[in-house]
Amino acid sequence: MTRDIAVVAFAQTDVLRTTDELSEVEMLMPVLHSVLDRTGLKTADIGFTCSGSSDYLAGRAFSFTLALDGVGAWPPISESHVEMDGAWALYEAWTKLLTGDADTALVYSYGKSSPGSLRDVLTRQLDPYYVAPLWPDSVALAALQAQALIDAGDTDESALAAIGVRSRRVATLNSRAQLRGSLPQGDYVVRPLRTGDCPPVGDGAAAVILAAGARARELCSRPAWIRGIDHRIEAHALGVRDLTDSPSTRLAAERAGAFERPVDTAELHAPFSSQEVVLRKALRLDDSVRVNLSGGALAANPMMAAGLVRVGEAAARIHRGESDRALAHATSGPCLQQNLVAVLEGEPR
Amino acid sequence: MPEVLKAPLVVEFPFTRSLGPVQSAFLTGLRERVVLGVTTTDGRTLVPPVEYDPVTADDLRDLVEVGSTGTVTTWAWNHAPRRGQPLTTPFAWVLVRLDGADTALLHALDAPGPDAVHTGMRVRIRWAGERTGAITDIACFEPYDGEPAELTGSTGEFADPVGGIVAAARLDYTYSPGRAQTAYINSLVDRRTVGERCPSCRKVYVPPRGACPTCGVPTAEQVEVGPRGTVTTFCIVNIKAKNLDIEVPYVYAHIALDGADLALHARIGGIPYDQVRMGLRVEPVWTDGARYPDHYRPTGEPDADYDAYKELL
Repeated sequence: MTRDIAVVAFAQTDVLRTTDELSEVEMLMPVLHSVLDRTGLKTADIGFTCSGSSDYLAGRAFSFTLALDGVGAWPPISESHVEMDGAWALYEAWTKLLTGDADTALVYSYGKSSPGSLRDVLTRQLDPYYVAPLWPDSVALAALQAQALIDAGDTDESALAAIGVRSRRVATLNSRAQLRGSLPQGDYVVRPLRTGDCPPVGDGAAAVILAAGARARELCSRPAWIRGIDHRIEAHALGVRDLTDSPSTRLAAERAGAFERPVDTAELHAPFSSQEVVLRKALRLDDSVRVNLSGGALAANPMMAAGLVRVGEAAARIHRGESDRALAHATSGPCLQQNLVAVLEGEPR
Repeated sequence: MPEVLKAPLVVEFPFTRSLGPVQSAFLTGLRERVVLGVTTTDGRTLVPPVEYDPVTADDLRDLVEVGSTGTVTTWAWNHAPRRGQPLTTPFAWVLVRLDGADTALLHALDAPGPDAVHTGMRVRIRWAGERTGAITDIACFEPYDGEPAELTGSTGEFADPVGGIVAAARLDYTYSPGRAQTAYINSLVDRRTVGERCPSCRKVYVPPRGACPTCGVPTAEQVEVGPRGTVTTFCIVNIKAKNLDIEVPYVYAHIALDGADLALHARIGGIPYDQVRMGLRVEPVWTDGARYPDHYRPTGEPDADYDAYKELL
């Protein structure tokens, strides 16, 4: 059975440097209510719920189970969780809807980076035998990739700076973004990356609702149909990979059908300016494509939600009639290790 | 509203990890100042070596020695070293392709400054003084302009190979329980227990977490519950927990505090363990300076009717 599945609603929080006064579920709940309100659905109407988050951000085991209080998990619901960005939870929900077991799905994800030191926390996702004992932080690894790009002649420091500037300038139109407007490029964090090349560290949450076929049309006047979605992973060891390229992104895009026809809009999850260079190349995006009108991850990068936000932002543009065919990309792991690409389309108006 | 509570939270985990044959040979080699790679079926040499080919997923077992000198393939200048990193003075992160290898190893390069580092520069391993069979047996790399290092002739067979590593890690957090749990903890200071009532289903949750898990809506209305309550269910603990100064056997119970719609759990004292029963009425026993009840003891009231607590089992 093939079914058409669409993103029918999207909501996100403001992304903030700290949210001490809120527990994770307290941060998440307004987003859940907002996305449900947009469709008129109640928790009990949802066929499948899938979430993405990471215990390492909170420093507590099974912290995601507490967030389930926010979805009304009693009486029991059909539910799943991925220890990843919510874009991968969306992928699981999409496959669930494809099977016909459910007609609607609620996908949410959240991350509070503020309790810990994110650069240190992220070292724990690295190879525990050869890499993690050296504690290379997330900026250091991205900086190795940036230098490789500079050495290859793919970019230079001023071109990277321009990416950061453009992202934060367009983010002035995105009230949810954490960094907006004119900001100094700043000092080196790990050379060649400066503050302006790096994402802000922040807390935030996002949610989308997926629906299949006729149900999607009932819930949304212009559903963002998922025409294709795929995710791929690179070799584990950084030294095995060509850091100037992202073959996993290219393959995911190919399998998602991204190259069959041009897209007009792309939301790329590029936490570092240098990674936008890699992704534009892998996805063959030229200047005719509007890239990261939201400001992208350089303006707001809530861990575990930023990838789902990319899908949501792309879908919302289709909902509003501002895009007809959009590409959304999400990443996870160091130096674009894992990549997901979705192609979304609105019906002709 | 009072300030939200905050406290330091340290997570430390000394994971003991076992090694496969290739990882064991590689890390034992480092202990002996030998660098080993592994050869793939298409003839490439991977350093550091892995046990499965990242392209074909073939088993890889053919070890080959490579040089302790090599070439930087990319780098990044780290002017502010962080805890746990290989050097405490500013250094470059580098990917180094050792002589004889086709892939690169991540490590640190000790150099006077960023101007002294470039892609393509020649480097060599600086060995750690004390080596245990770990990636940190390479203290770091250092600039080197001599001939490629000679191989030791190692076959990859060592006496007393290392079988595992201890991957110690520590992460520091500032934990904040949020608004609802802050109110709960603050009320315990006055030896009161405060829950929150759901505006929709009217149930009182304790400890409150700011949300009703049934309705999925925020809770805000504070309700004092207890101090007395009813044992809804219990178990008898027969094994002494490490560092716990309680004689076994003892009883651990779920207690529905009066006015609460969710049971808390606590130890029962003041009654022989084999006389605890469902429906037993109990009250908290506080000790001086404690931040929560030490245990609950019988009140002497008649047992509660089953119907009074059956919804809370």
